[in-house]
Amino acid sequence: MVENNRWGNFFAHLVLILGVAIVIFPVYVAIIASTHPPGTFIRGVMPLLPGPNALENYKTVITEGRSRAGTPPIGGMLWNSFVMAMAITLGKLSISLLSAFAIVYFRFPFRIFFFWVIFLTLMLPVEVRIVPTFQVVADLGMLNSFAGLSIPLIASATATFLFRQFFMTVPEELMEAARVDGAGPMKFFKDILMPLSITNIAALFVIMFIYGWNQYLWPLLITTDPEYYTIVMGIQRMVTGGDSEPLWHLVMATVVLAALPPILVILFMQRLFVKGLTETEK
Amino acid sequence: MQTKRMTFSSKWLPYALLAPQVIITLIFFIWPASQALYQSFLRQDIFGLRTNFVWFDNFNRLFADPLYLNSLKVTLVFSLGTTFLSMSVALLFAVMVNRMIRSRDSYTTFLVWPYAVAPAIAGVLWWFIFNPSIGIMPYMLKGFGYDWNHRSSSTDAMILVIIAAAWKQISYNFLFFLAGLQSIPHSLIEAAAIDGASRFKRFWTIVFPLLSPITFFLMVVNVVYAMFDTFGVIHATTEGGPAQATNILVYKVYRDGFVNLNLGSSAAQSVILMAIVIVLTVIQFRYIERRVNY
Repeated sequence: MVENNRWGNFFAHLVLILGVAIVIFPVYVAIIASTHPPGTFIRGVMPLLPGPNALENYKTVITEGRSRAGTPPIGGMLWNSFVMAMAITLGKLSISLLSAFAIVYFRFPFRIFFFWVIFLTLMLPVEVRIVPTFQVVADLGMLNSFAGLSIPLIASATATFLFRQFFMTVPEELMEAARVDGAGPMKFFKDILMPLSITNIAALFVIMFIYGWNQYLWPLLITTDPEYYTIVMGIQRMVTGGDSEPLWHLVMATVVLAALPPILVILFMQRLFVKGLTETEK
Repeated sequence: MQTKRMTFSSKWLPYALLAPQVIITLIFFIWPASQALYQSFLRQDIFGLRTNFVWFDNFNRLFADPLYLNSLKVTLVFSLGTTFLSMSVALLFAVMVNRMIRSRDSYTTFLVWPYAVAPAIAGVLWWFIFNPSIGIMPYMLKGFGYDWNHRSSSTDAMILVIIAAAWKQISYNFLFFLAGLQSIPHSLIEAAAIDGASRFKRFWTIVFPLLSPITFFLMVVNVVYAMFDTFGVIHATTEGGPAQATNILVYKVYRDGFVNLNLGSSAAQSVILMAIVIVLTVIQFRYIERRVNY
């Protein structure tokens, strides 16, 4: 700092502490609400201090759900979300690594054409082609399945670009040395390129896991069987299921459980997360 | 586009490596998109028995439809509001955190995690806080004499979804602004300080102009986010209401396609949305290329 201004610093801390408080507030309120018995929400304003019902509420949502309102237990939905997020993440990483390898380390007819085909996926998010994509998945018999939940989402232009850029910075000598020693392309890929890319893979893993976990529209469209509901879309069913006011203590317990896994991923892998976010540029 | 100077030679291997990505792209991206384009020229009769080719009639009807024009306006207000709110708050936080030395990392940790919260969950959280009967915010606003009700007031509903969508995006903007601030050479700011420029003046005449490439990039990214990734915010809370006040384009495509089963109109709306994404993507990539040079 150019000049050291005691009052300025005090003011900056004040703004930041207030800011952090506002940013945290919604989640704080959700955690508090999830510890109260149902009666608290019937009248008056929502509580700001913890109540006595935490264990009971969480046990109810995890094991029973609200069977009458058509919402299955949260335990199963958490598992579905995890499987979907992992399938999307691993799928995106593996097909992008392979196609970036092909584009950088081979010369073949239509190379540029394929690159543009992959680039097009950036311009066609699910949200803009909802009905026809649904028809394709329905025709392939993939409704209500993990394949339907994950495979249509695993094409990734951003990951392919990132790996292409990284591969371009790998020294030429490594490949020459590998070839002199008689290594074929797949051996080079597996034993040299993959170990070199490990930080990039980990950084993208964080971003894509969050992307996969937070999917909303897609699971909403293609799951009609509660067996395959994911937790993020399940919350909507809890809020709008039935005509009465939502059972806030249970809704908020579900919200906390749904938001926790990706938040923990960010907090524990903050460095990788920042790297992944700033390098994919989106 | 370059490859390595020396490449592997194989007739079939590169195609096999590209196959999974390209096949998925063709089946789940290109084919549905071309279907949307094709269906946007068709119209089914009310019994779904006959389908006619109607040229641009679906588009003509859309632009004559007050509901669609309203949705365009709502989307514009919503995306500009979300972009402005989340970027200005994020810039304020980034400037303040950038002054700190020891506490920088702890503040950053506290500010980045909302990125992980799904838009639908962000919507439900703020919906709860603003709930007219038990929420804390309506209770406080009543103290100021304002009667908050997002179930009947269009303005209240719009403010609610903007806050929910912007809250989640603050982390992203904050990280990029902080990175931008840290890359500004210190000598420039010192020189201005020696010339007697106040802190305020230094920010507006030196720091802010130097941040403009990042600001522009973030504007595009935030508009894309607000237009296409906020389906969950709307669907989990206001469901487009009250009286179409929060019926953004993406939500309308979904309603018309799946609830009202008006396939021709929904397809035409998809095509318009695709055109918008393509324009925004091109702007974004042009910008990135330019920045690499400078």
